[in-house]
Amino acid sequence: MPTFFERRQLVVPGDLLAEGDYIAGENTFKLDNKIYASRIGLVDYEDKKVNVVALRAFYIPRVGDTVIGTVVEVGFNGWVVDINAPYQALLRASEVLNRPFKPQKDDLTQVLDVGDLVVAKIASYDRTHNPQLSVDEPGLGKITRGQIVKITPTKVPRVIGKKGSMISMIKQETGCHIILGQNGVILVTGKNPEDEELAIMAIHKIEEEAHTTGLTDRILQMIRREKEKKGGG
Amino acid sequence: MSATTTVVRVKQKQIAQLIAKGKRLDGRGLTDYREIKVEQGIIERAEGSARVLLGKTEVMVGVKIETGEPFPDTPNEGVLTVNAELVPLASPTFEPGPPDENSIELARVVDRGIRESKAIDLEKLCITPGKKVFVVFVDIYVLNHDGNLIDASALAAMAALLNTKMFNYEVENGEVKIKPGYTQLPVRRHPVAVTFAKINDKLVVDPWLEEEQIMDARLTITTDDDGNICAVQKGGSGYFTPKQVFEAVQIAKEKAAEIRRKLGW
Amino acid sequence: MSQKVEKLIDKKGLRLDGRKPDELRPIKIEVGVLSNADGSAYIEQGKNKILAAVYGPKELHPKHLALPDRMVLRCRYHMAPFSVQERKSPAPSRREVELSKVIREALEPAVFVEYYPRTAVDVFIEVLQADGSTRCTSITAASLALADAGIPMRDLVAACSAGKVEDMIVLDLMDLEDKVGTADVPVAYMPNLGVITLLQMDGILTSEEFEKAVNLAIDGCKKIYAMQREALKAKYTSVKEVEE
Repeated sequence: MPTFFERRQLVVPGDLLAEGDYIAGENTFKLDNKIYASRIGLVDYEDKKVNVVALRAFYIPRVGDTVIGTVVEVGFNGWVVDINAPYQALLRASEVLNRPFKPQKDDLTQVLDVGDLVVAKIASYDRTHNPQLSVDEPGLGKITRGQIVKITPTKVPRVIGKKGSMISMIKQETGCHIILGQNGVILVTGKNPEDEELAIMAIHKIEEEAHTTGLTDRILQMIRREKEKKGGG
Repeated sequence: MSATTTVVRVKQKQIAQLIAKGKRLDGRGLTDYREIKVEQGIIERAEGSARVLLGKTEVMVGVKIETGEPFPDTPNEGVLTVNAELVPLASPTFEPGPPDENSIELARVVDRGIRESKAIDLEKLCITPGKKVFVVFVDIYVLNHDGNLIDASALAAMAALLNTKMFNYEVENGEVKIKPGYTQLPVRRHPVAVTFAKINDKLVVDPWLEEEQIMDARLTITTDDDGNICAVQKGGSGYFTPKQVFEAVQIAKEKAAEIRRKLGW
Repeated sequence: MSQKVEKLIDKKGLRLDGRKPDELRPIKIEVGVLSNADGSAYIEQGKNKILAAVYGPKELHPKHLALPDRMVLRCRYHMAPFSVQERKSPAPSRREVELSKVIREALEPAVFVEYYPRTAVDVFIEVLQADGSTRCTSITAASLALADAGIPMRDLVAACSAGKVEDMIVLDLMDLEDKVGTADVPVAYMPNLGVITLLQMDGILTSEEFEKAVNLAIDGCKKIYAMQREALKAKYTSVKEVEE
């Protein structure tokens, strides 16, 4: 039962990846016992499963994901939030106010207005309706300080690193608090803008070099070099 | 009557299952046309006209002849222009407004058949080279849409052209003066368009409305009296294998010849 | 301002630009050239210069235009006023309307439209310079732009024309050959599935000549497909330069 590429080789839509008793994993599809790639990416053969790690993909909401979005519309019973996905997300007023919502008495723009940033969780989503957000956990809600970085959603796991090694290292070295949205939007909050810039620079570098080895070390070195340049750490 | 274009799933399956067995819902074979009725000369105000009924699809074509300037790169040739309108009364799905992509495609495919087969000798429409020529306006008016507008429109356009009379004229001091009497528009070829729908990998000729609504793709092949191909147009968001295309070409040649015989062209 | 051309194919069997009958024009492809579009590609094929961009998937407003169970693919083929010999008015011509439709129908079979209901994907094609068979070059570019945008696809779509010029069936017509020749057959092809997604013809051909032209065009499509894959690899290989 043949496979036609080597692990981590670049494949494009339509490339025949495997033939025979295989399972079509991410970014692949099966037709007549053959598995083809459906996106540009690096192919991975995991036992019987053929996956393609996409190099170009947009974020598709998943229930449970943490996302960071921008309020784009204030409706009469909630807000429409742009989460950098093909579908806009909805945050119901009752979610945020934690009590039944009275349209006459409550002015939603006082709570969240167009242009505000929120950290939220995807509470529900399926093919028939837009994602619904919830903010009923600690750490979720309106963002009042910090800077936003946008990266390709497929690179978010690399920013986290193995067992969170990369993200912990950055937090430690820059002293910043970092919230990673699975939708590729990242919030960096530091004691001062320079620390935040440092973390942002590191994140951009990770995005560019996501497929290399020894990245964690190189990023660590880079951060330390930058801190020295600025005289102090 | 319903304004939707969805064929209920149960009927979709029924149509597809029959086709797999080589039959169609209205009893036709896969390569059979519906009944074709052609009437000519119904609009006296037009220089030529025809009405075609293909099953329940109804198309009327009027031909108007005017004089005008030739195109700069063909100073000795008359001008042929084909236009189509999917008027709102023909279908709940047609909206009033300027021609949309469907009516533009329809007009251009019919035009191609007539033009590329050289059905009309455009040089015979020249009055004064470089200055004045006859302009032939072929206006396709779809009156009832029950599938396969292309074939019906192409037949109606040909029938209307065969019915067209040009006024006699003479050129006096560079001016065109109309003389009494008429001359038949010289039509020397009879292109016929044959359209196929692909349903579950089978090709059916002359799809009616519901077959069109469930088909994957359509293929139109226009041939002339000698069996040469003068226009091809694939439509719809599906695909054809090369084998299916070449099969369709052979069937189209046969069906076009049959139609010409039947209409006495 | 039209030229009088005597012969399109010379005694040695070469065409006006020195090509053999079955030879493609020189092709240059670049993927990911526009920073705002979700996906983009630029192609030069002979004197054709064509830019394709993709935006989406995004929600479709007004909502009644959206489809409940699939994505809507929209396509606009447009020629710049300066793209042709005689300035073309920027307003969409009937030809551009027809080409927008057939190009969309050539790309749609390749896209997994069922994956993203209620959304739209817009494909914009701008012909910056035209020299024949622009719909084919456009499809080749648009297909790359869709892949660059991360839209899941069954296959890339490659397109190429063939035609009849002075009794010879030739590949990849340039403008003069299209205007003066006897037939033009543009074809778009999904090479892995082996199926045709765009097929048109205008001119006069016997059915044998038509078959020959279609098969020649498919060969051209396969060669162009190889170039599409190389262009995608060239763009993304730099990403994995420093290897494990």
